Amino acid sequence: MTEYLNILLYIQIALSGICLYRIIRGPTIPDRMVGIDIFGILVVGICAIISIETERSFILDIGIAWIILSFIGTLTLAKYLSGKKLNE
Amino acid sequence: MNKMVTLILLCIGILFNLFGCIGLIRLPDVYNRLQAATKCVTLGTCSILIGVLFHFGFNDAGVKAIVAIPILFFASTVAAHALIRGAYHFGIKLGEKSVRDDYKDAVK
Repeated sequence: MTEYLNILLYIQIALSGICLYRIIRGPTIPDRMVGIDIFGILVVGICAIISIETERSFILDIGIAWIILSFIGTLTLAKYLSGKKLNE
Repeated sequence: MNKMVTLILLCIGILFNLFGCIGLIRLPDVYNRLQAATKCVTLGTCSILIGVLFHFGFNDAGVKAIVAIPILFFASTVAAHALIRGAYHFGIKLGEKSVRDDYKDAVK
């Protein structure tokens, strides 16, 4: 069980590396934001697999907090993209 | 039994994530990239969280996984919608192979 979980964890970390490629290489600003958004969702998967592997439940709390912070960050960046102030 | 179900759900989830990341790399413009990556990665991560629920059962960790699923659904879809709307207003052109732009008439 544990060795399979390790393999899956490495695959998931490699996928978030692919997102880093898009963040670094992206030709426009929205491409980089898409990469950041997807990276935040993939980190939740990493947290879930680590919580299975170590049998601790508090790591899922990190995942939930990461979802909400990434949501707020993406909304702020989207407001910036459409050229509005934050209170409009 | 539960371990097998957990492993199968994790494999399905990681396969979905893999397809989403391939779409993130390969597709031509930002709209295609976002629609491929958001759908696949959201559903794949939900499958991983259901696997966590099967592994732990209905104790504190399983309930946290259940709570995380609707938060993930609403947050990622709303964020993707706002992001792509901002990208359109920012002035990103469609890709070369795109044939139709319905939102242009709605914006005017």
